[in-house]
Amino acid sequence: MTTAPTPVPAPAAADPSGGPGAPGAATASPAPRPARRRPRGGAWLATVPLLAFFLVGFGLPAVAIVTGAFTVSGDAETGAGSFTTANLTDSVQGAYWTALLSSVKLSALTALIGTVLGVPIAQAVLTSRFRLLREAVLTASGVLANFGGLPLAFAFVATLGNAGEVTRMFHLTDHGWSLYSFSGLTVTYLYFLVPLMVLTITPALEGLRVQWREAAQNNRATALQYWRHVALPILFPSLLGGFVLLFGSAFAAYATAAAMVGATVPLISRQIADALSGNVLVGQGNLALALSLDMIIVAVLVMAVYLPLQRRSARWLS
Amino acid sequence: MAQLISRLRVWRGAVLLLAGLYFLVPLAASVWFSIDDPSGISFDAYTGLLSAPGFTDSLVLTLELAAVTVVVLLLLLVPAMIAVRLGAPKLRPVLEVVCTLPLVVPPVALTAGLIGVLRWGPDYLMDTPFFQTFVFVQQPEFPLVLVVAYVLMALPLAYRALDSGLRAVDVRTLVEAARNCGASWPRAVLSVIVPNLRGALLNAAFLTLALVLGEFTTASILGYQPFAVWIYSVGNSQGQMSVAVSVLSLLITWVLLLLLAAAGRERRHKTAATS
Repeated sequence: MTTAPTPVPAPAAADPSGGPGAPGAATASPAPRPARRRPRGGAWLATVPLLAFFLVGFGLPAVAIVTGAFTVSGDAETGAGSFTTANLTDSVQGAYWTALLSSVKLSALTALIGTVLGVPIAQAVLTSRFRLLREAVLTASGVLANFGGLPLAFAFVATLGNAGEVTRMFHLTDHGWSLYSFSGLTVTYLYFLVPLMVLTITPALEGLRVQWREAAQNNRATALQYWRHVALPILFPSLLGGFVLLFGSAFAAYATAAAMVGATVPLISRQIADALSGNVLVGQGNLALALSLDMIIVAVLVMAVYLPLQRRSARWLS
Repeated sequence: MAQLISRLRVWRGAVLLLAGLYFLVPLAASVWFSIDDPSGISFDAYTGLLSAPGFTDSLVLTLELAAVTVVVLLLLLVPAMIAVRLGAPKLRPVLEVVCTLPLVVPPVALTAGLIGVLRWGPDYLMDTPFFQTFVFVQQPEFPLVLVVAYVLMALPLAYRALDSGLRAVDVRTLVEAARNCGASWPRAVLSVIVPNLRGALLNAAFLTLALVLGEFTTASILGYQPFAVWIYSVGNSQGQMSVAVSVLSLLITWVLLLLLAAAGRERRHKTAATS
């Protein structure tokens, strides 16, 4: 390795992602250097464990989902299945289709509300004078967004469930309130989606330069005009990216809905879990895989919007 | 100008107040729910925790799973990410895709796929040594299959945390400097790069820890009983206790994260002072 005659990389190609100081550092380095310092040949070896793990841990299940979704299980003796699209057509019919639609509806609605509510909260926290408040809100957001799930469901049952404290205090049941409904789930989901939005949008809000605001003010723009014509257009890709992330998070959520026993809202994730745990007919394993495939397709479609946009917003806000 | 500032303060205060109410009321109500008793106030739900059947077992299992997941994840991810920056930039998009794809597959779907593999395996590999592997990853005392699932789920989070940490460090220059001083490759990475990534590593480890502590879907469908599944099963019989554990776990996680943020801040100040 020490004698490998590596060509010296052109300074321009050296560091496309570096910070403000990087280009200077790259051009300042002397052109002819001893060639022994770079592990040109061997560096990729360090990525092998990760890629191998991924191929086995992620690749095999993915293959299992796709093949399982398209086969009908044969007799138990041979285990041989035959190709069919019946699982998939079943998975987009009747109760399963209703569950898929209601999952998409719930995710889209909660993601939208979460996006709209998250931005002012993040902005208020960011511009606050209290450093401690900022720290507390951002860390609490991290906990709620990533850890939420089950504890959250129980907290909401205790608060707004049939015997919940707030429900009893304000006699909400008399006003037609039920936690185990579409609106109840919406309120619960927002409890982890709004923090997720705060986390996601904070770097973008921090990237808004003070000079832009000052320039707008010097041109006699009102605060409203500044947001309408300057800040929001710049933030737009980040906002849409945040929306997509929230959608995915709500769409994949299972624990929250599962723990709120007696949920009357059909959700695709619960249907898959039911089919897998054998709460329904035996031999529905392949149907569960077909439902999983449906879910992945929806998620892929939504993600396909997210990735290019994330790159675009990085152009402005870096 | 003064008028503008005061108007901003009022606006900000209103937003923060409303948000604070929305986020604190459920927590406060939960605490009240867990100590509210027909005969007054009782802390039985909290004091009875330690002696509750399954509490210690499930907590220990979860902590073990979390520790193994964090170690495996960092051992897989950190060398790969550093290598991509040092000598294999062509693999960078591959790594990015690998670390983003798990986002597209919801935990329920991943679990369905895992079950598919676990069922398929024994059918075809009955007579091969691989069969032992399938038994091994599913042993109830320490289900390695859960570690696999958790590593995959945590991959996007950890990747982003580490990536932002690596962005702040000029890996290449640091390693070259260390190599010029005669350090070997492992030493250059371990004693120059890794200390610079302390904050990012802690962050990634913590996010993973939080994820494993709270994970319910995969474990419950596969039939294991780590902490979250235990809370769920308790919720069916003892509502107060499940709420008590929920509140406790949320608060403890939050305090841990605050401590972590404080540690990270200290570190930043130090580096800012020396550079």
